[in-house]
Amino acid sequence: MSTRLATGGRLLDKSRQLKFAFNGKQLRGFAGDTIASALLANDQMLIGRSFKYHRPRGVVASGAEEPNGLVGMGTDDSFEPNQRVTTTELYDGLTASSQNHWPSLEFDVGVINSKLSRFLPAGFYYKTFMYPRAFWKHVYEPIIRQSAGLGKAPKHRDPDTYEHFYAFTDVLVIGGGVAGLTAARAAALTGARVMVIEQTAHWGGRAPVDGGSVDGQPVDTFITEIVAQLDAMDNVTLRTRTMGAGVYDHGYVLGYERVGDHQPGAAGPRHRLWRIRATQIVTATGAIERPLSFAGNDVPGVMLASAVRDYAVDYGVSVGDRTVVVTNNDDAYRTAITLKKLGLDVPAILDARVTAQDSPLMTEAKGLGITVMMGHAISSVKGGKRVTGVAVCSQAGEGAVLKEIACDAVAMSGGWSPVVHLWSHCGGKLIWDEATAAFRPDASKAPTGATGEGFVLPAGAANGVLHLGAVLADSDVAGYAAAKAAGFTPKKPAKAPQGNAPDEAQMMPVWMMPQGAGYDKRSKAWLDYQNDVKVSDVQLAAREGFESVEHAKRYTTLGMATDQGKLSNINGLAILSDTLNQPIPQTGTTTFRPPYTPISMASIAGEARDERFQPLRRTPMYDWHAENGAYWEPVGHWRRPYCYQRAGETIEAAVAREVTATRESLGLLDASTLGKLMVKGPDAGKFLDMLYTNMMSTLKPGRCRYGLMCNENGFLIDDGVVARIDDETFLCHTTTGGAESIHGHMEEWLQTEWWDWNVYVANLTEEYAQIAVVGPRARDTLAKLTGDDISADTLPFMAWADITLGGMQARAYRISFSGELSYEIAVKASEGRALWDALLAAGAEYNATTYGTEALHIMRAEKGFIMIGDETDGTVIPQDLGLGWAISKKKEDYLGKRAQARSHMTDPKRWKLVGLETLDGSVLPDGAYCTADGTNDNGQRNVQGRVTSTYHSPTLGRGIAMGLVLNGPDRMGDVLEFPKVDGAAIKAKIVDPVFFDREGEKQNV
Amino acid sequence: MLILTCPVCGVTAEETEFHGGGEAHLKRFGPGSSEGDFHDYLFSKENPKGVHLERWRHNNGCGKWFHAARDTVTLEVYGTYPAQTSEPPQDIKDAISAKRPGWTWRDFS
Amino acid sequence: MSNTVSALNGASASGYVQVHEMGLQGMITLRGDLSAKKLVDAAKTAGGTNVPGRGHIALSGAHGIAWMSPDELLILTPYDEVDARLEGITSKLAGTHHLAVNVSDARAMFAVSGDDALVRETLAKLCPVDMSAAAFAPGQFRRTRMAQVPAAIWLPETGEARVICFRSVAQYVFDLLKGASLAGSEVGYFR
Repeated sequence: MSTRLATGGRLLDKSRQLKFAFNGKQLRGFAGDTIASALLANDQMLIGRSFKYHRPRGVVASGAEEPNGLVGMGTDDSFEPNQRVTTTELYDGLTASSQNHWPSLEFDVGVINSKLSRFLPAGFYYKTFMYPRAFWKHVYEPIIRQSAGLGKAPKHRDPDTYEHFYAFTDVLVIGGGVAGLTAARAAALTGARVMVIEQTAHWGGRAPVDGGSVDGQPVDTFITEIVAQLDAMDNVTLRTRTMGAGVYDHGYVLGYERVGDHQPGAAGPRHRLWRIRATQIVTATGAIERPLSFAGNDVPGVMLASAVRDYAVDYGVSVGDRTVVVTNNDDAYRTAITLKKLGLDVPAILDARVTAQDSPLMTEAKGLGITVMMGHAISSVKGGKRVTGVAVCSQAGEGAVLKEIACDAVAMSGGWSPVVHLWSHCGGKLIWDEATAAFRPDASKAPTGATGEGFVLPAGAANGVLHLGAVLADSDVAGYAAAKAAGFTPKKPAKAPQGNAPDEAQMMPVWMMPQGAGYDKRSKAWLDYQNDVKVSDVQLAAREGFESVEHAKRYTTLGMATDQGKLSNINGLAILSDTLNQPIPQTGTTTFRPPYTPISMASIAGEARDERFQPLRRTPMYDWHAENGAYWEPVGHWRRPYCYQRAGETIEAAVAREVTATRESLGLLDASTLGKLMVKGPDAGKFLDMLYTNMMSTLKPGRCRYGLMCNENGFLIDDGVVARIDDETFLCHTTTGGAESIHGHMEEWLQTEWWDWNVYVANLTEEYAQIAVVGPRARDTLAKLTGDDISADTLPFMAWADITLGGMQARAYRISFSGELSYEIAVKASEGRALWDALLAAGAEYNATTYGTEALHIMRAEKGFIMIGDETDGTVIPQDLGLGWAISKKKEDYLGKRAQARSHMTDPKRWKLVGLETLDGSVLPDGAYCTADGTNDNGQRNVQGRVTSTYHSPTLGRGIAMGLVLNGPDRMGDVLEFPKVDGAAIKAKIVDPVFFDREGEKQNV
Repeated sequence: MLILTCPVCGVTAEETEFHGGGEAHLKRFGPGSSEGDFHDYLFSKENPKGVHLERWRHNNGCGKWFHAARDTVTLEVYGTYPAQTSEPPQDIKDAISAKRPGWTWRDFS
Repeated sequence: MSNTVSALNGASASGYVQVHEMGLQGMITLRGDLSAKKLVDAAKTAGGTNVPGRGHIALSGAHGIAWMSPDELLILTPYDEVDARLEGITSKLAGTHHLAVNVSDARAMFAVSGDDALVRETLAKLCPVDMSAAAFAPGQFRRTRMAQVPAAIWLPETGEARVICFRSVAQYVFDLLKGASLAGSEVGYFR
């Protein structure tokens, strides 16, 4: 059984006992435990079920590479699935539950899949669910959906907060083990700004567990001292619980800090996403031990040798009373020695190698009385939910059992793979290292940054250097080199720390154990624990032609689980290479992509949620709208009232009321969102003549003119009224959505094409609050607030004047988008609310009615005015919309003029704007197409036009619409058919698009 | 994510402060131009694998357009320069030549 | 002036730093040839200080001038002085190509005050800018992105930052600053 030892546990605070629950069982651990160590201390070896075969699975590793130990954590709004037990710190009151089983962890019916594993080979889904085709939607998909997914999605809203932080540093060191710390010090001593991030809560990595000495002192002491030294330096930042998630172009790095995971309820964010820009990056990310592929290597109790050692040393947990060590290298001997020294039984070390002479570690193990069996291997593991023993064989043979050894744990080591992920994310290349049988960074092919030079340096174990002495020397060089590349030189030569550890014998690559294992064993030798990929699956994939490592990966799902193949990739591609009879470097690796381990979606969103999800733009009258029943419509980032609902009123009724009140008496519209661009300079007129299709330079000061703007493709992009303020100054109104883009459009042409023209532009959109005062009583209302002459003679249609209104300086534009007598009044934004209130009070006797965007749209449609975004969609030219009158024939040039002369633009068959009147008075569906005779090449009905705007007109009491129709203006009175989604068709007659007050009598008073 | 230095305001900032604007040094063809010239002006844009001259706007900054000489494969930035020019200045050409001898881009080399 | 209300009417929030919408603030955009003596003189008079160099702001009491771009300055002045100062510019620059316009109402301005390191931290959570004392000092003026909107920032003195944004997003920017400075979310990065 696994249990807590009486002594040991360097990371524990045994004075602080913590309570937690696993699957409802109340358990105890200590401060400093991970969930994994606490579960093991409570003899909870079985932790989950595998994804495909639902096999019982226990903890395999002690860090980020753990494939099995995923649990659901928390309850209700704190619930989160797939939390890795080896990297989650224990806290008091933690609740966790196992995943992927039904009905219980101990008894799972899905395990039947395991019995059927012979019939669920690699590519099973691809092969099985192809035919009959009709089965897919109604049979296969529901079944697959039912069994798909790992863990359960949370149902509650996340109550925690998350944030970003932008940091800039000369040297970023990823990894706070002895390599990272040494590199950081070397860099920091040059004066460079250095930041070190470490994914765990502790400095020093696994060196304290592995032992050895530095400068004659224990590793622990060295770590304490170097951390203190770094901490005292002003140019150094140290962050634990911060994982280097990804390395991106030009030295951009994402760091994922788990600020609050270990202290739920504490103030502050749960996660912080560090957006780091580093001139140079040192990846001191260590190495990950590889499992060995032998039959039954997934039985709970089979663990990485390093993990067994970690649990003993770091957490004072023995994972078994009798542990068999199986290895192809010296490092696993440390586990045997550690266990033996703690008084635990190590019946044997099975070493696949045959060596000429004993290494120091072998000698030490033997000296402790441990049986070392060279050239031996595991034939198979005994046990189901827990290891009960191993059958021993020769590594060289096919697995004939020589003897059986009873044990309750197996510590395996297949050698070490450098963590090259962060080196590789941005294009760092790898080379195959024969000596360690691993891919390591090719220092001559580092990722390159903005300057074209490399910006990542690997250090220590991440660079394929495993011996303590070499690790420290390598890291010192890397740290210094990084600082130098960032432009720093040392003030005084730093002395590299001298590490001392026993020399090790050469490891021997072992990809299959035993070497000649038959199908029976290969189909029980797991490569990817989480996705249930076995040696036999990869071999099958290769035989079936999936020879590229990227194909084999996807076909077998090897390395595609949440651990992203940290344990399985090298073993898998070694098997693939072996099957293809080619060297491993020729097979290559799959692509390493960020993040290194999964990070929370919420951390990526950062502050962007709830009221900060998106900037919500408010006009100065926003609060009034909100207090008076505004039913909001998002327009870009603006929030505009669609209508104002009264108690008990439907939206349709509110809109109708607003239109009617405006047409009959007085309406008020908050038009502040309209773009207002000031264009000034001696060349302003010339400039606007280029921008608008019509002539603006001839406009007289004091007057307004409607204009159209096209892009160089000829398509209509914006419209609005231009007011000439003085000889050199124009104020261009744009659509609400066009304010920023048209400002950008103007600046683009001024800066990149006509930079010698004397024109300046300023965006005054938000400087002014603008209110449309609309309806027969508009003038009466304004007259109550001003002593200035606003009569039709002084201020005629399409003129503007500066007036004093309610004591405020205002500019009144006599323009109309409704066909009514209308003034648009602009005041300083800070006075917008005051003007709004004043107009409401003055207009009260005329039933002043505030109206929203829908009433605005209806009134403009009744008048046949086009709306950018309705009648236009980026493919429509002004000529399509009957706006030829607004296109100057005299001008030699304007943006879009040349394009509008292209053959397709002058094609008489282009659909043109007409009004549409349904025969039965109903409302046409928005976007509906009208059909024509025959079908096209795809067998679809031919079409001859489409609806661009459609409304119920309260004024006319019927449905009205505008649309683009083939030869439309020449077909007045023709009846078209518009099929609806339900198959029925609506008949509509082509009419003039101006439905109301064709002569414009109402606005010209 | 790229970092660029705006030659106008001198700020070095990450890509999110900027907005890419496609190929640099476009020559405008207006009314009277041939169908071919106008078509090329609108649609035939350089899309090289390697050295590229392109437009950027510092839209979350000084608001000015500028040009960047950049490698589309390695993402190396050879230099940035003001937009008010019809060809890359000599120092930019030299900077590219130093790293990519024999480079060409449209009529420039 | 009682009718005149700034974007958030002086809203404030108190976390590990203080966030305060500063109310009505006079601002004039002046565009023109910044190398022309006439324009520089007009700017100096209106802004009550010398014209700052690229990327900087010059402050003098309630007045100041910020360098926005090679052809644009932002003149800061008390709100009720804007008309007079604008008139001064216009009359001085009669006949010279320029654009001078009141933009006071188009913007909102915030003060972020407190411990200098924490003020910097608040901004570093929102802007992709190196906020360390070595990289960003009082006198510098930076136009950048604050989360999803454009903003301009500077530090009038130790422990004080100013943020200008567009008026319509004042509430958003206030919420950003307030959220970034919630007590308990200190990062401890700058020191």
